[in-house]
Amino acid sequence: MHELGLTQHLVEIAEGAARANGATQVRSVKVEIGALAGVVPESVEFCFEACSRGTLLEGSRLEIVFIPGRGRCYDCQAECALDTYTVACPDCGGFSLERLQGEELRVVEMEVD
Amino acid sequence: MCTDCGCGPSDHQHHHHHSPAEQNQGRIVRIEEDLLAKNNRLAAANRRLFREKGLLVFNLVSSPGSGKTTLLERTLSDLQHELHFAVLEGDQQTSNDADRIAATGVPAVQINTGSGCHLDAHMVGHGVEKFAALPLDILMIENVGNLVCPASFDLGEDAKIALLSVTEGEDKPLKYPDMFKAADVLLLTKIDLLPYLRFDIEQCKTFARQVNPHVRIFELSCQNGSGLAQWYDWLRQEMATKRCVARDDLR
Repeated sequence: MHELGLTQHLVEIAEGAARANGATQVRSVKVEIGALAGVVPESVEFCFEACSRGTLLEGSRLEIVFIPGRGRCYDCQAECALDTYTVACPDCGGFSLERLQGEELRVVEMEVD
Repeated sequence: MCTDCGCGPSDHQHHHHHSPAEQNQGRIVRIEEDLLAKNNRLAAANRRLFREKGLLVFNLVSSPGSGKTTLLERTLSDLQHELHFAVLEGDQQTSNDADRIAATGVPAVQINTGSGCHLDAHMVGHGVEKFAALPLDILMIENVGNLVCPASFDLGEDAKIALLSVTEGEDKPLKYPDMFKAADVLLLTKIDLLPYLRFDIEQCKTFARQVNPHVRIFELSCQNGSGLAQWYDWLRQEMATKRCVARDDLR
């Protein structure tokens, strides 16, 4: 549900950077979304068209880079995939997993004219 | 026809949908900004303000109807003679909850988020301005009833307290892991109803610890008062710790 607000903010960040760089039009914008970020990429895509209307981003392409989650077990130090918080360590079954990757929610770069 | 947007060959001056091979490459501008950075900056400012005031702040999160407002009414009524409280109430509409809190004699401010599904650090920063002149110990922020979105938004609180009533399913922590992972404390509420329900409280605690091994769990009922003493002791301990930190800050 909060994807709409985040997408509005994404458009604000990108448009601000575009204006600061003297751009007249944004062609594409690249965003990283981690598996553990609590954000549904499809919802961001859905909101993007509406949020970008009337801005320098109108008609631009949204490129979403999905970052899979990785974790490390505090008990046995094994690393594993961690795309939800309900994962147990595949080596020892422990649930204390440190998040190494997957919480990203970042505007990375854009292509402008 | 372009498979991206359905435009015809004559429309190909459109510069947005097409690969760089079809046209000149645009300039690349690096941004590298976190989408939650603005909220996190405001939350950090709230946290600094709360620390300067020695204010202990809790963010109460749960699904609607799990008993957040009832817990506050009972806690404030029982403890307001020893601790100074204030409450920020978040709901999409109505001031019903702030009215219920105000009836206990504790100052309360209602924040209506409209169509918004969570409180953010900006709303909280302005909400507490109304308490600026009051000598306070504990600020309770009752978030919008929602087990999804409030997990992602830091408000500057000392701890997130999740409530789960036993009339919900014991597998809620597995269904909404982001929220139960983010919580520091889990309150299992309405336990006076356990005799009438098929709710396996031990299974629920096991699920909660699978998602969040370090979560602190209390079981309580605001109707018959069971478990409230432990919850109140925990609040007193947290307040004592906060006062030690505030004294160290002064030195």
